[in-house]
Amino acid sequence: MKIVFQKPKALSAGRFHYCPGCTHGIIHRLVAEVIDELEIRERTVGIASVGCSVLAYNYFNVDMIQAAHGRAPAVATGVKRVLPESVVFTYQGDGDLASIGIAEAIHAAARGERVTVIFVNNTCYGMTGGQMAPTTLVGQVTTTSPRGREAMHSGYPVRVPEMLATLQGAAYLSRVSVHNPVQVKRAKEAVKRAFITQLKGLGFSLVEVLSTCPTNWGLSPVEALKWLEENMIPQFPLGELKITEGVA
Amino acid sequence: MTRRLMKGNEAIGAAALAAGCRYFFGYPITPQTELPEYLARRLPEAGGVFLQAESEIAAINMVYGAAAAGARVMTSSSSPGISLKTEGISYLAAAELPCVIVNIMRGGPGLGGIQPAQSDYFQATKGGGHGDYRIIVLAPASVQEIIDLTRLAFELADLYRNPVMILGDGLLGQMMEAVEFNEEDDKGNRPIPKTWATTGCKGRKKNIINSLYLDPAELEQHNLHLQEKYREIVQKEQRAEEYLTRDAEIITVAFGTAARIVKEAVVSARARGIKVGLLRPITLWPFPENALKRSLQRARAILTVEMNAGQMVEDVKLAVEGKVPVYFYGRTGGILPDSRTVLKEIQRVGGYDYEDSLSKAESLVGG
Repeated sequence: MKIVFQKPKALSAGRFHYCPGCTHGIIHRLVAEVIDELEIRERTVGIASVGCSVLAYNYFNVDMIQAAHGRAPAVATGVKRVLPESVVFTYQGDGDLASIGIAEAIHAAARGERVTVIFVNNTCYGMTGGQMAPTTLVGQVTTTSPRGREAMHSGYPVRVPEMLATLQGAAYLSRVSVHNPVQVKRAKEAVKRAFITQLKGLGFSLVEVLSTCPTNWGLSPVEALKWLEENMIPQFPLGELKITEGVA
Repeated sequence: MTRRLMKGNEAIGAAALAAGCRYFFGYPITPQTELPEYLARRLPEAGGVFLQAESEIAAINMVYGAAAAGARVMTSSSSPGISLKTEGISYLAAAELPCVIVNIMRGGPGLGGIQPAQSDYFQATKGGGHGDYRIIVLAPASVQEIIDLTRLAFELADLYRNPVMILGDGLLGQMMEAVEFNEEDDKGNRPIPKTWATTGCKGRKKNIINSLYLDPAELEQHNLHLQEKYREIVQKEQRAEEYLTRDAEIITVAFGTAARIVKEAVVSARARGIKVGLLRPITLWPFPENALKRSLQRARAILTVEMNAGQMVEDVKLAVEGKVPVYFYGRTGGILPDSRTVLKEIQRVGGYDYEDSLSKAESLVGG
């Protein structure tokens, strides 16, 4: 019998710990499929962040490092400078990358570090119970913005790829979503382009993936996908923000 | 063997290079900046990488990545910068990643000053960062010893899969001394195979570098494993210089720059017939308690001299176990103790008539 669909080699056997309806599972799979398709599994080193995706080191079937909160791009830099022929990616949430680790992300991009960042944005700190993140929408209720995020008090959501787009070292910057099958397909194309950017040595690449957090948003999985589409996309427009010449 | 005049900070760089270190990640801070500057020139020539990070925090995490990838790697900083690195040091210790961290201390707390001090002893030897961990701490007292201990630091780091700190002060970093330095000495010093490193999983199962243990029983097992390793280090790696301690009635204890000053005072006191010796810890962790305990057979008083408000004196008291009185003399703020005052302290704690002998002592130590 011909196999038409199976688990990617770059994903380990075993069950994810993610909540029902969380899109981390989809994003993990996309990254793993891209690693398989590019045939880079045996030279890839992944960096897991702190937060819900901290256990990514158990899920990706590649060499993995668990980094301190926000520091994944610095750890990735250390690996890549020692092993320039390796393929290095970080997998970071919005609390990790856009808040505590913003400096490491900006400077890795400014240096044109040949690494790929998968930046999962669900507008809250999922692991610690749904607190306000730098990406939380104005008016969005979280456990630390119980009256809704007030711009005059807590400022505005951070648009990471737009911010990095001014940096010459950033070679590929994209924002995608995984709220429906068409977008999932586009997300995979973006992840693949990001890895190709690295393989071609063109510079820093980052894909922001809009993701859901049904548990902390207090919504069903289906409602969460709808909330993402209606509320997040206007604030975080989808599309490729920067493509350096030579990215396929 | 080549005899050269070398500056302390640059000697660390040269010795690291000779020991096979090819990766350095750091951030400028006085008084250690000549070290990164030296490696910025020398590492690319040697096929290595020097990278100036955006912060001390980024630098130590680049070290974390490079060490995970199996490299011999080093970072350096000075006191306030080391505070920023402590998060990463805790992670390196937890994940058992070998690396060398240099702290060329200045006065603190806070921004403090840029003059030499030894006030990071607690931070270096008691953890500094969070959690139950230890790092090996080596304290050179001369530029020659900087070279020897830098070589040793890389060997111990690889052997125990543990961070090793070279703890000097601004004076040691800035001073120039004649040294015997031969890169050939390092020919046999090669990194041991690191089968645990995350280098890409070709031909083997994947490796994971991690410090997260959500199951309390697993975390305790990990901690017990670390403690077992630390016990082995305490047994095998205590190092100290014992100077005229065999017949000494008074033992002085001092490390690094302070020990040089104390040694001068010991020479003066000996010239006056006072039986005093110096125990100079070379490893601050593990603290050389065995050597100190041996010296207690004859000693009736201990004098600890430090360039801080009294930190190592606590380890001295622990090792002495109340058997003889322990006295402390220290200066802070970047001010060095002077040997004349130390001599006076030796005479005071020994119960000698120091008022009478002070003028003679002054002439001995050059006033």
